[in-house]
Amino acid sequence: MSLVALSRKKSPWLLHFETGGCNGCAIEVWACLTPVYDVERFGMVNTGNPKHADVLIVTGCVNARSGRVLRNLYSQMPEPKVVIAVGVCACTGGIFHDSYNLAPGADRAIPVDIYIPNCAARPEAIIDSVLHAVDLLEEKGRSYDARRS
Amino acid sequence: MIGKTVIPFGPQHAVFPEPFHWRLVMEEERVLDAIPGIGYMHRGIEQLATRMEFAKTLFLAERVCGICSFMHALAYAESLEKLMDVEVPPRAKYLRTIWAELARLQSHLLWIGLAADAFGFESLFMQAWRVREYVMDMVEFTEGGRVMTSSVTIGGVRRDLHEEAIEFLLENLDKLEVGFEEVYQVFTEDPLIKHRTVGVGILSKEDSIRLGAVGPTLRGSGVAQDMRMLGYAAYGELEFQPVVEDSCDSYARMVVRLKECFQSINLIRQAIKKLPDGDVLVKVRGKPEGEVVTRIEQPRGELLYYIKANGTKSLERFRIRTPTLSNLPPLMHMIKGACLADVPVITLSIDTCIACTER
Ligand code: SF4
Repeated sequence: MSLVALSRKKSPWLLHFETGGCNGCAIEVWACLTPVYDVERFGMVNTGNPKHADVLIVTGCVNARSGRVLRNLYSQMPEPKVVIAVGVCACTGGIFHDSYNLAPGADRAIPVDIYIPNCAARPEAIIDSVLHAVDLLEEKGRSYDARRS
Repeated sequence: MIGKTVIPFGPQHAVFPEPFHWRLVMEEERVLDAIPGIGYMHRGIEQLATRMEFAKTLFLAERVCGICSFMHALAYAESLEKLMDVEVPPRAKYLRTIWAELARLQSHLLWIGLAADAFGFESLFMQAWRVREYVMDMVEFTEGGRVMTSSVTIGGVRRDLHEEAIEFLLENLDKLEVGFEEVYQVFTEDPLIKHRTVGVGILSKEDSIRLGAVGPTLRGSGVAQDMRMLGYAAYGELEFQPVVEDSCDSYARMVVRLKECFQSINLIRQAIKKLPDGDVLVKVRGKPEGEVVTRIEQPRGELLYYIKANGTKSLERFRIRTPTLSNLPPLMHMIKGACLADVPVITLSIDTCIACTER
């Protein structure tokens, strides 16, 4: 395994973006980073810079304005990358689904790999999804490396 | 001469969990003007409420903000109870008080953590959030969920506290107090934190009244105003005084929030001691009609609900004014003349909640 592939597996960095919604899922994502749930034991670090990130966590429903920012962030992330939609808002729009200015789900703006429903998503579910993301990242990384070589 | 530069701050920023956007007009290191850009989190809740059944709007109101979801549900339930002349049983009032204080505690602890993160004090951030988990445990044990609890309903509350839950609460409150004491000491004694906050973001008493600040921002400027003194839920029967600090800077606002945590612990203990027996829910019939304004104290300040109903199954007008909206003009006033490095600290010092503001 090359060094890059190893670092992808052992230390994926997270980028969190709240696109709308009510913050409920955002604080649960933050709770995951802190001592009780602690995803840092898997080598995951929260970063504010999309160019350092491997996993994008989207919480909340997407409207035109935040969708633009979301696409921008997504396109700045280096390949390979995984997107997780946390909370029913990010999956389908949830309770706000028939509001006048929302897209039903984050997947209308960017490709989403993993969906976690529930309002608000529980920290255990978020931890589970980031672990899936690690596997997915490894897989995507392998095909990405194969394409490049 | 160096010209003006415009620096975008946000919408995605490591310190804020929410998309908060400033356009900062800078001259060298000084901020000349700050223009807030909003609309990233608009969901059209007020319009949605006019299409939903009024009983279901409770769940929508709860989802205005995830951090103070309980407060929004409480304000909505109190408004409709006023409209429909419902008398809430006393036990339900006390339970609402207990849960409202738990919500305040978790919100303040969350803020304390974020503030520590803004100073670059990572370990303190972790400690504050570790202590916060005691509160989350209590919320989960007594209300059945961590964030969205739906424990308030029109006419009372959905759950009762049994013996075991009360024991659990008291036990965890003790643990919380011990843990929080340590965090409190670091905040009030650490020279680095003082260096970042004392004298930063001054808001004088006159300015705070003129610009319409609310909540800890107002109390940090020496004005003793607290909506809990109005005596909604069971606050009228409990003993407390608003926490006031008068140094008018970010430090004062921080200390107000820290001290309010002790106050909340005290209020919960008082409420448990006085908890009356009886039912927790009365049946509500009919449809609301008329207009009502409700004001309650959210962790961030005064929350105002205006509801107009016309006897049909959905509301005619639903209007929310949240504390962050009231605190934005004072914030713009504070930021002018500040250094770029102080912008996150000053912005955090009013405890912004964009989800509430934009709805
Ligand atoms: S899924 Fe629920 S808790 Fe999460 S952001 Fe949406 S409304 Fe809030």
